Amino acid sequence: MPVDPRTSIINERLVGIRRIIAVSSGKGGVGKSMVATTLALTLAHNGCKVGLFDLDFTGPSTHIILDVQNLTLKEEKGIVPPTIYGLEYMSLVYFVGENPTPLRGEDVSNALIELLVVTRWGALDFLVIDMPPGIGDVILDLVRLIKRIEFLIVTTPSLLAFETVKKQVNLLRELKMPIIGIIENMKMDVTESIEVETGKLGLKYLGEIPYDPKVECAIGDEAELLSTAVAKKLRQVAKGLLLVEKRER
Amino acid sequence: MHEWALAEAILTSVKQVAEQEGLKEVTEVTVRVGELQQVERPILRFALLQMKTGIYMNSKFRILKAKSTLKCRVCGNSWEYDIKKMGKGAAEAIHFIPEVAHAYIKCSKCGSSDFEIISGRGVLLENIKGAK
Repeated sequence: MPVDPRTSIINERLVGIRRIIAVSSGKGGVGKSMVATTLALTLAHNGCKVGLFDLDFTGPSTHIILDVQNLTLKEEKGIVPPTIYGLEYMSLVYFVGENPTPLRGEDVSNALIELLVVTRWGALDFLVIDMPPGIGDVILDLVRLIKRIEFLIVTTPSLLAFETVKKQVNLLRELKMPIIGIIENMKMDVTESIEVETGKLGLKYLGEIPYDPKVECAIGDEAELLSTAVAKKLRQVAKGLLLVEKRER
Repeated sequence: MHEWALAEAILTSVKQVAEQEGLKEVTEVTVRVGELQQVERPILRFALLQMKTGIYMNSKFRILKAKSTLKCRVCGNSWEYDIKKMGKGAAEAIHFIPEVAHAYIKCSKCGSSDFEIISGRGVLLENIKGAK
Protein backbone atom coordinates (compact mmCIF):
# COMPACT_ATOMS: atom_id res chain seq x y z
CA MET A 1 0.00 0.00 0.00
CA PRO A 2 -0.65 2.57 -1.41
CA VAL A 3 -1.79 0.99 -4.69
CA ASP A 4 -2.55 2.65 -8.00
CA PRO A 5 -5.96 1.12 -8.79
CA ARG A 6 -6.02 2.09 -12.44
CA THR A 7 -3.89 -0.63 -14.01
CA SER A 8 -6.15 -3.38 -12.66
CA ILE A 9 -8.95 -2.44 -15.04
CA ILE A 10 -7.06 -1.88 -18.31
CA ASN A 11 -7.41 -5.35 -19.81
CA GLU A 12 -11.08 -5.35 -18.84
CA ARG A 13 -11.51 -2.22 -20.97
CA LEU A 14 -10.01 -3.98 -23.99
CA VAL A 15 -11.81 -7.28 -23.61
CA GLY A 16 -14.20 -6.61 -26.52
CA ILE A 17 -11.37 -6.02 -29.00
CA ARG A 18 -10.22 -8.95 -31.12
CA ARG A 19 -6.86 -7.63 -32.33
CA ILE A 20 -4.71 -4.70 -31.27
CA ILE A 21 -2.21 -3.49 -33.88
CA ALA A 22 0.41 -0.91 -32.99
CA VAL A 23 1.76 0.92 -36.04
CA SER A 24 5.24 1.73 -34.96
CA SER A 25 8.73 2.76 -36.03
CA GLY A 26 12.10 3.47 -34.51
CA LYS A 27 12.23 6.74 -36.42
CA GLY A 28 9.91 9.74 -36.73
CA GLY A 29 8.70 11.11 -40.06
CA VAL A 30 8.31 7.75 -41.80
CA GLY A 31 4.53 8.06 -42.22
CA LYS A 32 3.25 6.04 -39.27
CA SER A 33 0.21 8.24 -38.74
CA MET A 34 -0.80 8.09 -42.40
CA VAL A 35 -0.29 4.32 -42.47
CA ALA A 36 -2.20 3.82 -39.20
CA THR A 37 -5.11 6.02 -40.25
CA THR A 38 -5.37 4.58 -43.76
CA LEU A 39 -5.09 1.02 -42.44
CA ALA A 40 -7.92 1.71 -39.98
CA LEU A 41 -10.10 3.23 -42.74
CA THR A 42 -9.32 0.35 -45.09
CA LEU A 43 -10.27 -2.26 -42.49
CA ALA A 44 -13.49 -0.36 -41.76
CA HIS A 45 -14.30 -0.32 -45.48
CA ASN A 46 -13.92 -4.10 -45.44
CA GLY A 47 -16.81 -4.26 -43.00
CA CYS A 48 -14.74 -4.51 -39.81
CA LYS A 49 -15.45 -2.61 -36.63
CA VAL A 50 -12.34 -0.54 -36.08
CA GLY A 51 -10.93 1.86 -33.51
CA LEU A 52 -8.06 4.30 -34.02
CA PHE A 53 -6.08 5.33 -30.96
CA ASP A 54 -3.50 8.12 -31.30
CA LEU A 55 -0.79 7.65 -28.68
CA ASP A 56 1.69 10.10 -30.15
CA PHE A 57 1.04 12.52 -27.28
CA THR A 58 3.59 15.18 -28.12
CA GLY A 59 3.07 15.13 -31.89
CA PRO A 60 -0.44 13.85 -32.62
CA SER A 61 -1.55 14.09 -36.23
CA THR A 62 -4.25 11.50 -36.98
CA HIS A 63 -6.90 14.10 -36.07
CA ILE A 64 -5.56 16.29 -38.88
CA ILE A 65 -5.55 13.40 -41.36
CA LEU A 66 -9.17 12.66 -40.43
CA ASP A 67 -10.13 16.34 -40.12
CA VAL A 68 -11.53 15.80 -36.64
CA GLN A 69 -13.17 19.01 -35.47
CA ASN A 70 -15.42 20.00 -32.61
CA LEU A 71 -16.37 16.50 -31.61
CA THR A 72 -18.09 16.20 -28.27
CA LEU A 73 -17.02 13.44 -25.94
CA LYS A 74 -19.84 11.30 -24.66
CA GLU A 75 -19.56 10.35 -21.02
CA GLU A 76 -20.91 7.00 -19.95
CA LYS A 77 -19.08 5.60 -16.94
CA GLY A 78 -15.95 6.83 -18.72
CA ILE A 79 -15.66 8.21 -22.24
CA VAL A 80 -17.21 6.65 -25.33
CA PRO A 81 -14.92 7.47 -28.27
CA PRO A 82 -16.65 9.55 -30.95
CA THR A 83 -17.07 7.91 -34.34
CA ILE A 84 -15.54 9.52 -37.40
CA TYR A 85 -15.68 7.94 -40.89
CA GLY A 86 -16.86 4.76 -39.16
CA LEU A 87 -13.85 4.63 -36.80
CA GLU A 88 -14.09 4.87 -33.03
CA TYR A 89 -11.47 7.53 -32.50
CA MET A 90 -9.55 8.54 -29.38
CA SER A 91 -6.71 11.02 -29.00
CA LEU A 92 -5.24 13.28 -26.33
CA VAL A 93 -6.14 16.10 -28.70
CA TYR A 94 -9.70 16.07 -27.31
CA PHE A 95 -8.24 17.22 -24.00
CA VAL A 96 -5.50 19.63 -25.05
CA GLY A 97 -6.72 21.11 -28.34
CA GLU A 98 -3.97 23.06 -30.05
CA ASN A 99 -1.95 23.58 -26.86
CA PRO A 100 1.53 22.05 -26.78
CA THR A 101 1.69 19.33 -24.12
CA PRO A 102 5.24 18.75 -22.96
CA LEU A 103 5.28 15.45 -21.07
CA ARG A 104 8.16 13.69 -19.39
CA GLY A 105 8.43 9.94 -18.88
CA GLU A 106 6.22 9.46 -15.82
CA ASP A 107 3.62 11.88 -17.19
CA VAL A 108 3.52 9.93 -20.45
CA SER A 109 2.92 6.70 -18.52
CA ASN A 110 0.20 8.30 -16.40
CA ALA A 111 -1.57 9.88 -19.37
CA LEU A 112 -1.48 6.56 -21.20
CA ILE A 113 -2.88 4.64 -18.22
CA GLU A 114 -5.60 7.23 -17.67
CA LEU A 115 -6.66 7.10 -21.34
CA LEU A 116 -6.74 3.30 -21.26
CA VAL A 117 -8.87 3.36 -18.10
CA VAL A 118 -11.30 6.04 -19.16
CA THR A 119 -11.95 4.98 -22.78
CA ARG A 120 -14.94 2.70 -23.32
CA TRP A 121 -14.24 1.04 -26.66
CA GLY A 122 -17.08 -0.89 -28.23
CA ALA A 123 -16.80 -4.43 -29.58
CA LEU A 124 -14.07 -4.05 -32.21
CA ASP A 125 -12.42 -6.36 -34.72
CA PHE A 126 -9.32 -4.17 -34.76
CA LEU A 127 -7.88 -1.39 -32.64
CA VAL A 128 -5.15 0.36 -34.62
CA ILE A 129 -2.72 2.38 -32.53
CA ASP A 130 -0.65 5.23 -33.93
CA MET A 131 2.51 5.00 -31.84
CA PRO A 132 5.06 7.69 -31.09
CA PRO A 133 8.45 7.11 -32.70
CA GLY A 134 11.19 5.24 -30.92
CA ILE A 135 11.44 2.78 -28.08
CA GLY A 136 10.40 5.01 -25.20
CA ASP A 137 7.77 5.04 -22.50
CA VAL A 138 4.66 4.35 -24.56
CA ILE A 139 5.98 1.17 -26.17
CA LEU A 140 7.34 -0.10 -22.85
CA ASP A 141 4.10 0.69 -21.03
CA LEU A 142 1.87 -0.83 -23.69
CA VAL A 143 3.87 -4.04 -23.68
CA ARG A 144 3.70 -4.07 -19.87
CA LEU A 145 0.00 -3.30 -19.64
CA ILE A 146 -1.48 -5.05 -22.68
CA LYS A 147 -0.12 -8.48 -23.36
CA ARG A 148 -1.68 -9.09 -26.76
CA ILE A 149 -0.43 -6.24 -28.92
CA GLU A 150 0.95 -6.97 -32.37
CA PHE A 151 3.37 -4.59 -34.04
CA LEU A 152 3.34 -3.42 -37.64
CA ILE A 153 6.56 -1.58 -38.33
CA VAL A 154 6.96 1.26 -40.80
CA THR A 155 10.27 2.31 -42.33
CA THR A 156 11.42 4.40 -45.25
CA PRO A 157 14.02 3.22 -47.78
CA SER A 158 16.63 5.10 -45.73
CA LEU A 159 19.11 2.84 -44.04
CA LEU A 160 19.20 5.43 -41.24
CA ALA A 161 15.52 4.76 -40.57
CA PHE A 162 16.03 1.04 -40.90
CA GLU A 163 18.86 1.09 -38.37
CA THR A 164 16.43 2.38 -35.72
CA VAL A 165 13.84 -0.17 -36.88
CA LYS A 166 16.37 -2.95 -36.21
CA LYS A 167 16.77 -1.71 -32.63
CA GLN A 168 13.00 -1.70 -32.21
CA VAL A 169 12.73 -5.22 -33.62
CA ASN A 170 15.40 -6.44 -31.22
CA LEU A 171 13.59 -4.85 -28.28
CA LEU A 172 10.24 -6.34 -29.29
CA ARG A 173 11.84 -9.76 -29.68
CA GLU A 174 13.40 -9.50 -26.23
CA LEU A 175 9.95 -8.66 -24.92
CA LYS A 176 8.50 -11.59 -26.92
CA MET A 177 6.02 -9.39 -28.76
CA PRO A 178 4.60 -10.50 -32.13
CA ILE A 179 5.62 -8.49 -35.21
CA ILE A 180 3.28 -8.64 -38.21
CA GLY A 181 5.95 -7.35 -40.57
CA ILE A 182 7.70 -4.32 -41.98
CA ILE A 183 6.25 -1.98 -44.59
CA GLU A 184 8.48 0.29 -46.64
CA ASN A 185 6.95 3.72 -47.08
CA MET A 186 7.82 6.66 -49.38
CA LYS A 187 9.81 4.56 -51.80
CA MET A 188 11.37 6.51 -54.67
CA ASP A 189 14.08 4.30 -56.18
CA VAL A 190 14.12 0.74 -57.41
CA THR A 191 16.12 -1.04 -54.74
CA GLU A 192 15.54 -4.16 -52.77
CA SER A 193 17.77 -3.27 -49.84
CA ILE A 194 14.97 -2.94 -47.24
CA GLU A 195 13.32 -6.13 -48.44
CA VAL A 196 16.66 -7.94 -48.18
CA GLU A 197 17.38 -6.47 -44.73
CA THR A 198 13.88 -7.40 -43.54
CA GLY A 199 14.52 -10.96 -44.70
CA LYS A 200 17.78 -11.02 -42.73
CA LEU A 201 15.76 -10.14 -39.62
CA GLY A 202 13.49 -13.09 -40.33
CA LEU A 203 10.46 -10.82 -40.66
CA LYS A 204 7.79 -10.56 -43.31
CA TYR A 205 8.25 -7.76 -45.84
CA LEU A 206 4.75 -6.39 -46.26
CA GLY A 207 5.60 -4.44 -49.39
CA GLU A 208 6.51 -0.97 -50.58
CA ILE A 209 4.43 2.18 -50.75
CA PRO A 210 5.66 4.52 -53.49
CA TYR A 211 6.30 8.13 -52.55
CA ASP A 212 3.07 9.93 -53.40
CA PRO A 213 3.36 13.73 -53.54
CA LYS A 214 -0.44 13.96 -53.75
CA VAL A 215 -0.98 12.38 -50.37
CA GLU A 216 -0.99 15.82 -48.69
CA CYS A 217 -4.00 16.80 -50.80
CA ALA A 218 -5.92 13.79 -49.46
CA ILE A 219 -5.64 14.93 -45.84
CA GLY A 220 -9.04 15.47 -44.31
CA ASP A 221 -10.96 13.69 -47.10
CA GLU A 222 -11.86 10.05 -46.55
CA ALA A 223 -12.52 9.22 -50.23
CA GLU A 224 -9.23 10.83 -51.28
CA LEU A 225 -7.35 9.06 -48.49
CA LEU A 226 -8.69 5.73 -49.70
CA SER A 227 -7.49 6.42 -53.23
CA THR A 228 -3.85 7.15 -52.36
CA ALA A 229 -0.92 4.86 -53.09
CA VAL A 230 -0.78 4.25 -49.32
CA ALA A 231 -4.34 2.93 -49.36
CA LYS A 232 -3.68 0.74 -52.40
CA LYS A 233 -0.85 -1.08 -50.63
CA LEU A 234 -2.68 -1.21 -47.32
CA ARG A 235 -5.63 -2.93 -48.96
CA GLN A 236 -3.27 -5.89 -49.48
CA VAL A 237 -2.02 -5.67 -45.90
CA ALA A 238 -5.61 -5.50 -44.64
CA LYS A 239 -6.48 -8.52 -46.78
CA GLY A 240 -3.68 -10.45 -45.09
CA LEU A 241 -4.88 -9.39 -41.63
CA LEU A 242 -8.44 -10.39 -42.48
CA LEU A 243 -7.31 -13.79 -43.75
CA VAL A 244 -5.51 -14.41 -40.45
CA GLU A 245 -8.60 -13.20 -38.62
CA LYS A 246 -10.84 -15.56 -40.62
CA ARG A 247 -8.57 -18.54 -39.94
CA GLU A 248 -8.53 -17.78 -36.21
CA ARG A 249 -12.32 -17.54 -35.86
CA MET B 1 -19.36 10.09 -14.77
CA HIS B 2 -15.61 9.43 -14.85
CA GLU B 3 -15.98 8.56 -11.16
CA TRP B 4 -17.72 5.32 -12.18
CA ALA B 5 -14.69 4.22 -14.19
CA LEU B 6 -12.48 5.00 -11.19
CA ALA B 7 -14.80 3.17 -8.80
CA GLU B 8 -14.64 0.09 -11.02
CA ALA B 9 -10.83 0.27 -11.03
CA ILE B 10 -10.71 0.74 -7.24
CA LEU B 11 -12.95 -2.28 -6.58
CA THR B 12 -11.00 -4.47 -9.02
CA SER B 13 -7.80 -3.49 -7.21
CA VAL B 14 -9.34 -4.08 -3.78
CA LYS B 15 -10.33 -7.58 -4.86
CA GLN B 16 -6.83 -8.32 -6.17
CA VAL B 17 -5.13 -7.05 -2.98
CA ALA B 18 -7.61 -8.92 -0.78
CA GLU B 19 -6.90 -12.15 -2.67
CA GLN B 20 -3.15 -11.62 -2.38
CA GLU B 21 -3.45 -11.04 1.37
CA GLY B 22 -5.89 -13.91 1.89
CA LEU B 23 -8.73 -11.72 3.15
CA LYS B 24 -12.13 -13.38 3.25
CA GLU B 25 -13.92 -10.14 3.93
CA VAL B 26 -12.97 -6.49 3.37
CA THR B 27 -14.22 -4.21 6.14
CA GLU B 28 -12.72 -0.83 5.27
CA VAL B 29 -11.21 0.71 2.15
CA THR B 30 -9.33 4.01 2.28
CA VAL B 31 -8.93 5.94 -0.94
CA ARG B 32 -7.13 9.27 -1.37
CA VAL B 33 -8.19 11.50 -4.24
CA GLY B 34 -6.05 14.32 -5.53
CA GLU B 35 -7.58 17.75 -5.95
CA LEU B 36 -6.02 18.17 -9.39
CA GLN B 37 -8.32 15.47 -10.82
CA GLN B 38 -11.39 17.02 -9.14
CA VAL B 39 -13.00 13.66 -8.46
CA GLU B 40 -16.46 14.29 -7.03
CA ARG B 41 -16.24 12.40 -3.77
CA PRO B 42 -20.01 11.97 -3.30
CA ILE B 43 -20.32 10.48 -6.81
CA LEU B 44 -17.31 8.24 -6.24
CA ARG B 45 -18.78 7.06 -2.93
CA PHE B 46 -22.17 6.47 -4.57
CA ALA B 47 -20.54 4.50 -7.40
CA LEU B 48 -18.52 2.40 -4.93
CA LEU B 49 -21.63 1.64 -2.90
CA GLN B 50 -23.64 0.75 -6.01
CA MET B 51 -20.96 -1.56 -7.36
CA LYS B 52 -19.88 -3.30 -4.18
CA THR B 53 -20.51 -6.98 -4.02
CA GLY B 54 -18.89 -10.23 -2.80
CA ILE B 55 -16.02 -9.84 -0.36
CA TYR B 56 -16.45 -6.05 0.00
CA MET B 57 -20.24 -6.17 0.33
CA ASN B 58 -20.11 -4.84 3.91
CA SER B 59 -17.09 -2.59 3.52
CA LYS B 60 -16.92 1.04 4.59
CA PHE B 61 -15.28 3.49 2.21
CA ARG B 62 -13.13 6.36 3.48
CA ILE B 63 -12.42 8.89 0.75
CA LEU B 64 -9.76 11.42 1.71
CA LYS B 65 -8.50 14.49 -0.16
CA ALA B 66 -4.95 15.44 -1.14
CA LYS B 67 -3.93 19.00 -2.02
CA SER B 68 -2.33 19.36 -5.42
CA THR B 69 1.27 20.46 -5.06
CA LEU B 70 3.35 21.20 -8.12
CA LYS B 71 7.10 21.77 -8.37
CA CYS B 72 8.77 23.57 -11.24
CA ARG B 73 11.68 21.65 -12.76
CA VAL B 74 13.21 24.84 -14.13
CA CYS B 75 13.27 27.23 -11.13
CA GLY B 76 12.48 24.81 -8.27
CA ASN B 77 9.39 26.74 -7.17
CA SER B 78 6.80 24.62 -5.31
CA TRP B 79 3.21 25.77 -5.15
CA GLU B 80 -0.24 24.54 -4.30
CA TYR B 81 -2.49 24.75 -7.31
CA ASP B 82 -6.11 25.69 -6.79
CA ILE B 83 -7.93 23.98 -9.64
CA LYS B 84 -11.04 26.06 -8.92
CA LYS B 85 -9.24 29.00 -10.58
CA MET B 86 -9.11 27.07 -13.85
CA GLY B 87 -11.63 27.66 -16.66
CA LYS B 88 -14.32 25.01 -17.11
CA GLY B 89 -13.03 23.39 -20.34
CA ALA B 90 -9.45 23.01 -19.11
CA ALA B 91 -10.57 21.84 -15.66
CA GLU B 92 -12.72 19.15 -17.28
CA ALA B 93 -9.82 18.00 -19.46
CA ILE B 94 -7.59 17.74 -16.36
CA HIS B 95 -10.36 15.84 -14.60
CA PHE B 96 -10.10 13.09 -17.21
CA ILE B 97 -6.34 13.15 -17.80
CA PRO B 98 -4.48 15.06 -15.04
CA GLU B 99 -1.27 15.14 -17.12
CA VAL B 100 -2.88 17.55 -19.58
CA ALA B 101 -2.31 20.08 -16.79
CA HIS B 102 0.98 20.62 -18.63
CA ALA B 103 -1.02 22.13 -21.49
CA TYR B 104 -2.80 24.64 -19.22
CA ILE B 105 -0.81 25.34 -16.03
CA LYS B 106 2.43 27.31 -15.86
CA CYS B 107 4.87 27.78 -12.98
CA SER B 108 3.60 30.60 -10.80
CA LYS B 109 7.12 32.06 -10.66
CA CYS B 110 8.87 31.54 -14.00
CA GLY B 111 6.00 30.55 -16.33
CA SER B 112 7.42 27.15 -17.35
CA SER B 113 5.13 24.23 -18.09
CA ASP B 114 7.90 21.80 -17.12
CA PHE B 115 6.73 20.95 -13.62
CA GLU B 116 6.28 17.85 -11.54
CA ILE B 117 3.03 16.89 -9.86
CA ILE B 118 4.33 16.21 -6.36
CA SER B 119 1.01 15.29 -4.77
CA GLY B 120 -2.71 15.44 -5.33
CA ARG B 121 -2.66 14.02 -8.85
CA GLY B 122 -5.32 11.33 -8.95
CA VAL B 123 -6.76 8.37 -7.09
CA LEU B 124 -4.73 6.11 -4.81
CA LEU B 125 -5.91 3.08 -2.92
CA GLU B 126 -4.31 3.83 0.43
CA ASN B 127 -5.38 1.07 2.78
CA ILE B 128 -7.57 -2.01 3.05
CA LYS B 129 -8.73 -3.60 6.29
CA GLY B 130 -10.37 -6.96 6.46
CA ALA B 131 -10.73 -10.33 8.11
CA LYS B 132 -8.87 -13.53 7.18
